[in-house]
Amino acid sequence: MLNLLGIDNPLELAVIIVGSFILAPVFGMLYRGIDRKLVARMQGRIGPPIIQPFRDIRKLLMKENIIPDGAIQWLFTAAPFIALIASALLLLYIPLFGRGALLGGTGDAILVLYLLIIPSLAFVLGGFASSSPYATVGAQREMVLMMSYEFPLAVVIVTLASRIGLVTNANPFMLATIAANPIWNLVGPLGIVGALILVFTLIVVTIGEAAKVPFDIAEAETEIAGGLLVEYSGRNLSLFYLADIIKAFAMVSLVVALFFPYNLSPLVGIGIPVLAGIVDGLFFLIKVFVVMFLSITLIRTAMARFKISQVSYIYIIAMTLIALVGSILIGIDLLVF
Amino acid sequence: MSLKAFKRALWVYHLNTGSCNGCDIEILAVLTPRYDVERFGIRLVGTPRHADVLLVTGPVIKQMVPRVKRIYAQTPDPKVVMVIGNCGSEGGVFYESYNLAGPIDQIIPVTVYVPGCPPRPEAIIEGVAKAWVKLEQLEQQGVL
Ligand code: SF4
Repeated sequence: MLNLLGIDNPLELAVIIVGSFILAPVFGMLYRGIDRKLVARMQGRIGPPIIQPFRDIRKLLMKENIIPDGAIQWLFTAAPFIALIASALLLLYIPLFGRGALLGGTGDAILVLYLLIIPSLAFVLGGFASSSPYATVGAQREMVLMMSYEFPLAVVIVTLASRIGLVTNANPFMLATIAANPIWNLVGPLGIVGALILVFTLIVVTIGEAAKVPFDIAEAETEIAGGLLVEYSGRNLSLFYLADIIKAFAMVSLVVALFFPYNLSPLVGIGIPVLAGIVDGLFFLIKVFVVMFLSITLIRTAMARFKISQVSYIYIIAMTLIALVGSILIGIDLLVF
Repeated sequence: MSLKAFKRALWVYHLNTGSCNGCDIEILAVLTPRYDVERFGIRLVGTPRHADVLLVTGPVIKQMVPRVKRIYAQTPDPKVVMVIGNCGSEGGVFYESYNLAGPIDQIIPVTVYVPGCPPRPEAIIEGVAKAWVKLEQLEQQGVL
């Protein structure tokens, strides 16, 4: 069993399991609270306490759980569970807290790409199953959004893997391989510019993945009354709420794993394993916070929602072109140096 | 059941039953940086399914009666109904008009009345505090 996972130290295994099943959701919720607090601060408000997401979930759990008459009952009830389980699965394949992923030996970045789709699909299923016109419109928008950001995301990952594949024999799509050969060490100045462009693309994709302003067309409270989740209440809503939080955390961790896989402990020379683990874990939290602040909090405060036609245009045309420019720069860098 | 989590995470849904829009603007004022009710965990939501509190404004014109009842039924329990404004509480400037079915408490049970035409944002926040007191009483009686 242990060998299957590629981790031979039971303590290490325990740490990773605790990290992905307990710490990640808890910090995901805390970060959501910090995000709300920071947005409020930037708008000149005081804002909710940082533990507000925990209160929200506890409150939702004590509310009545209504299933509308017109809904497809089994699908309506199953969708929140699928969303939560699929988001939790993501955490098993993405390296967290400076350690390897629990199932990192068996799944690569392509698998993560596919897993990222499933929670959104569950949101869409729930939306269609609830038989409300608002939810149906929201579900259609979510599908359009999903199809739009897939392309730039794929360009980023393929570029990264193809560049890393040149310097190593290991499978370049494995997140562990990407972590062992950070892109910044491989390329010259031109390539660094290209990689920065790819980081920018990935950050814009993260906003869409997390369904936040300016890409929150599927929820759009002011237009379609909460969109996808319009008919959900009580426990089912809390599951979606949690799935959304975990997915955002996983997506940001993926950005960190792809582009910033550095650990602090080798740099400052901490040798004791436990101490190094703690330092790396904290450093990971800081990296996640920075990416989350840049991609979600800051942009959410600064911008308003795009129109639906603009969203697909931005992803399919603009962001894909920008990502291609990045990968071409990395390619030229290879020829020149 | 934890009343504290419930009290400090109220999501409100705003229902206009034919008001002059004065009270509705005051409700929005409560959400602005100056009054910022999000610091109490209060959030404006777009659908009654997510709501804990219904903020009802207006004197309830006849055509709104089935809608008000339906939205009340769509809100999951436990829930609180707050009437904002004179005209929802007892008719106000529309008193005894030919097209009214209200005031609101003749159609759905009301927890808190906030009088004023329109009430000041501070009064609306005080109304929420009154709702907390009411919830505490309900908890002591073992209803909640
Ligand atoms: S109470 Fe006054 S301000 Fe409020 S909706 Fe009625 S008429 Fe308008």
